Amino acid sequence: MSGRRRRFVGLGLEILVPIAVLALWALWSAGADSFYFPPLTEILDTFAETWLFERVGSDVLPSLARLGVGYAIAVAIAVAVGVPLGLSPAVRRGASPIVEFLRAIPPPALIPFGIVVIGVGDGYKVFTIAFVCIWPILLNTIDGITGIDPTMNDTTKVYGVRGVDRLRKVVLPAASPQIFAGMRTSLSLALILMVISEMVASSNGIGFFVLESQRSFAIPEMWSGILLLGLLGYLLNAAFLLVERRVLAWHRGARASAEGT
Amino acid sequence: MPGRPSRAPAAAPIIAVAGALALWEVLTRTGMLPERYLPPMTETAQELSRLMGTSDFWSAVWNTMKGWALGLGIALVLAIPAGIAIGSSTLLYRSVRVFIEFLRPIPSVALIPLAVLIYGTGLDSKVFLAAFASFWPLLIQTLYGVRDVDPVATDTARAYGLGRLERLWRIKLPSAIPYIATGVRISSAVALILAVTAELVIGAAGLGREINLARSGGALENMYALIIATGAIGWMLNILTTRGEKRVLHWHPSQREMAR
Repeated sequence: MSGRRRRFVGLGLEILVPIAVLALWALWSAGADSFYFPPLTEILDTFAETWLFERVGSDVLPSLARLGVGYAIAVAIAVAVGVPLGLSPAVRRGASPIVEFLRAIPPPALIPFGIVVIGVGDGYKVFTIAFVCIWPILLNTIDGITGIDPTMNDTTKVYGVRGVDRLRKVVLPAASPQIFAGMRTSLSLALILMVISEMVASSNGIGFFVLESQRSFAIPEMWSGILLLGLLGYLLNAAFLLVERRVLAWHRGARASAEGT
Repeated sequence: MPGRPSRAPAAAPIIAVAGALALWEVLTRTGMLPERYLPPMTETAQELSRLMGTSDFWSAVWNTMKGWALGLGIALVLAIPAGIAIGSSTLLYRSVRVFIEFLRPIPSVALIPLAVLIYGTGLDSKVFLAAFASFWPLLIQTLYGVRDVDPVATDTARAYGLGRLERLWRIKLPSAIPYIATGVRISSAVALILAVTAELVIGAAGLGREINLARSGGALENMYALIIATGAIGWMLNILTTRGEKRVLHWHPSQREMAR
């Protein structure tokens, strides 16, 4: 009985506390008259004016396109390189210092490199996003493949499954939960690098807009951009989880039935 | 054969690195990669060794490291106690869960303009950004660690009459430490990234600003040497945190040799 009550109180808190905090923020900011923290209602008004849907075509879509292309390139390269590295210990040992070093370079340090080599257009932004997103996916692909149950590997060998079949039916599915974990990490990195690359050199995009607003002291506009980026991060993450749940449904099913026995 | 211990030659990593460096040199010397984009490896290496003799370089390194250390330190001091408190109370956890889930995916770089407005373009901004960004991985890890305690252990402790504080000290903290250690490793990398970002975007003193200056001045060898130095710092921090994790967790199954 107290368990049920506790659960009820918990649910109530989960819904009421955020509403209360938002209300407090609205109340406080309405009366605070602070230059840096404009009233919440004003931010929301500006948000509606700016992003619904005036700047969608000029800023949001270009940003999302860069993010999508860079991310897709990263996934393709990381999985393509990760498979041979995961399958061969010798290749893996040879490549590990190079991978470790490239991975350790703080991504923003590569932005100047991208600008010099590719120029300030869309290309360097896509390059920066792709370069940074590769590492989590690559490392997870390698770990996923090296972590394949030895029994499964032996069975595959005994039944003479090799080549493309082995890759498609055994290696990639077995590694996919980890590959997805890496892809999820990379997705938030992609958004971050999109913003940074647009702040450093760009003429459109959400990152550009936010920095321009700050420089021209358009504070509500700046806040609306920050809000949009937060929403985007949240939505991208939620969409990814949905996709993952679908693609890995078999995996969760197998886990649940294994635990049920 | 699967299951056989891998016996790749121990020299493989050295050969691979030497090969990559040689390839860089050959590609640039033969003009396959235009020199206006990428100076030869030997010239970049020379520039790097020249830089390491200058005090400007070391003061840039010092500034970057200061941003990293202060940011990570603040995150540690705030995130671990907050994670323990939130993780220990179901009601508190449910009250703040929505905020955490909403704030966590916000790219910390979105706050750069705000940081500039409030803290200016100096060290304060850099520390704020580094601390904000590295706060979340640490908080989440601590939270999960505290919530993931084996219920049998908690029940046993309760049956033996251990109080709340003692349970926290003897059961919850030890079992959360592997999670926290992973969080520290992630956060350390994040803090460095944000420190360099702040230097690059808002021009706070440090390696990021030097890289950007080298780029706009067209000093390519200088730029590449600095990028390599930045990578080396990231690499060393990664090795240090991994070593530290091993040392703190030598008793934990994940770190035992047999488990590998």
